[in-house]
Amino acid sequence: MREKHFGLGLFSLMVFVFLLGPLLIIFATSFEPGIVLQFPPHGFSLRWYEQIFKVEGFIRTFKTSIAISLLGNAFALLLGIPAAYALSRSSFRGKELLNGIFLSPILIPGIVLGFTLMKYLIVVYHLPMYTGLLIGHVVIMLPFIVRVVASSLSNFDFAVEEAALSLGAGRMKAFFKVVLPNIRSGIIAAMLIAFLESFNNIDISVYMTGPGVSTLPIEMLTYVENHFDPTIAAISVLLMVMTGVMMFLIERLMGLSHFTSR
Amino acid sequence: MALLTLDSVSVAYGSQTILKDLKLDVEKGQLLSLLGPSGCGKTTTLRLIAGFMEAQQGTFRFAGEDYTRRPVNKRNFGIVFQSYALFPHLSVFDNVAFGLRMRKLKDSDIKTRVGRILEVVSLGGFEKRFPKELSGGQRQRVAIARALVIEPDLLLFDEPLSNLDANLRSGMRVEIRRIQQELGITTLYVSHDQEECFSISDRVAVMNKGLIEQIDRPETIFKYPATEFVARFIGFHNFVNFAERAESDGVITLRAGDRLFAAVGNPGTNHPSALKGAIRPDDLVVTAGSEAGPARVGSLPGIVKVSTYLGRSYQYVVETALGPFTANQEMEKPFYSGQSVTLQFPPDKLVLVD
Repeated sequence: MREKHFGLGLFSLMVFVFLLGPLLIIFATSFEPGIVLQFPPHGFSLRWYEQIFKVEGFIRTFKTSIAISLLGNAFALLLGIPAAYALSRSSFRGKELLNGIFLSPILIPGIVLGFTLMKYLIVVYHLPMYTGLLIGHVVIMLPFIVRVVASSLSNFDFAVEEAALSLGAGRMKAFFKVVLPNIRSGIIAAMLIAFLESFNNIDISVYMTGPGVSTLPIEMLTYVENHFDPTIAAISVLLMVMTGVMMFLIERLMGLSHFTSR
Repeated sequence: MALLTLDSVSVAYGSQTILKDLKLDVEKGQLLSLLGPSGCGKTTTLRLIAGFMEAQQGTFRFAGEDYTRRPVNKRNFGIVFQSYALFPHLSVFDNVAFGLRMRKLKDSDIKTRVGRILEVVSLGGFEKRFPKELSGGQRQRVAIARALVIEPDLLLFDEPLSNLDANLRSGMRVEIRRIQQELGITTLYVSHDQEECFSISDRVAVMNKGLIEQIDRPETIFKYPATEFVARFIGFHNFVNFAERAESDGVITLRAGDRLFAAVGNPGTNHPSALKGAIRPDDLVVTAGSEAGPARVGSLPGIVKVSTYLGRSYQYVVETALGPFTANQEMEKPFYSGQSVTLQFPPDKLVLVD
């Protein structure tokens, strides 16, 4: 028995090393004082963190990324919450099909999806690049919104909504006064997950960016093609921290949802 | 005219029929129960009256108006749900005030009415609590208060006591009846528990497979079930198939095999020529020994197969020429398995059912 536990422990450790090792290496190299990205670092310096803010492209594309992710999030919520509600609340013909369609952006390889979107939105319909980028991001966020909101609706007792209706609330009022407040934490978690998905996205964005319009991950990709200094490690660390904080929030919210409903 | 009328209402899901041609009348101020096993259509009937689903056929009239297609929020019916369905994010006060706010009452009026109704359900002082801070019984009271405060034209209960433990259940039952009678509010009550339905109802409708098998006063149903289904559901465990019957002076004589039985008429049944007899285990009388001499009317010899102790009485399974019978009897010294006994069928306890 002991040996088995030992083996399992060793295995878990290796998995952790495998998963976290690269992150730790990036973390370490971001403090390299020299001009070449290397591990282990030869000292400690924050110069590359300062450097981030001197690269005009990073600042500009960071703003674009934030704008696209937030705006896209809002649209994805407007589409996704009603969709999740309809899918959980009612049963109708073709419900499974619809469910599949809403989840398909996760299943279709991003490269294919991105190409198709570019082909139609930009080439055929001549939409501005920025609009195309926004639509692309709404598409990839939607599945996450629908899934997370639907899962929090599955814990919701719809008799509560019926109670509101019976007390004189119309359908809309019942939804906003009773359903929405009780799936709030699910919606916030959905927003955070979708935000991360959009903010870190490369495969869709790469088709919808060009002169003047770019997102931060694309800008970073371009940067490493031409530079080999630790700036990229420093900015990666900042993004990791941001992602970590948001994951923590999601965990707290989804965890808390167990206590808020009854 | 009845306050509530369901006329030939039918509901089906795909090929599955839930309600068949249902007719139901409820008089103003009455408490009517829908009683039946799960899947009998009682909950569907309630949801239909509440407005959560629509009948495919038939009409629902309320206070002389056609309510068949009227939306839920325009019906002014109070509903108490099985799960209570309190608003988890609102305090007790806000839960109860919800319906009044929807009716755009003044804040001062809302305050008075909520306060008054919370007193009625003995929950004064609980205004600021949240549902998760309340016990099951207290949540139930909030649910009732929330349904009552809007002064509904009809009160609907959907298995309201099934989530409470046995002690609370009988207390709440009395409470519900008290409030209902105090306010004189017409009420429809759905349950699968016969004791619950009988104890609080003016009338009980026993449902089976989407049909009402019998609708009557609880006392009548208890004594005179109309059909075998109703009889079984309310505790008549013993049935006898008779071969023929003859009637004179209000006494019916029946024959099964070479035995004769007597029964008085069943005012509940629709078929005066019913040939099936039903009797409760409590009403069969067991005496020791097989009888000597010619067979008496209403007696049946048999052998005790199983004897079990119920606390207040003993229960016997007695094998006879007409099949096994279950009988309960209070006694000091029980019969033993294998003992010869005679079953007596009192004529006023033997009921003929369809």
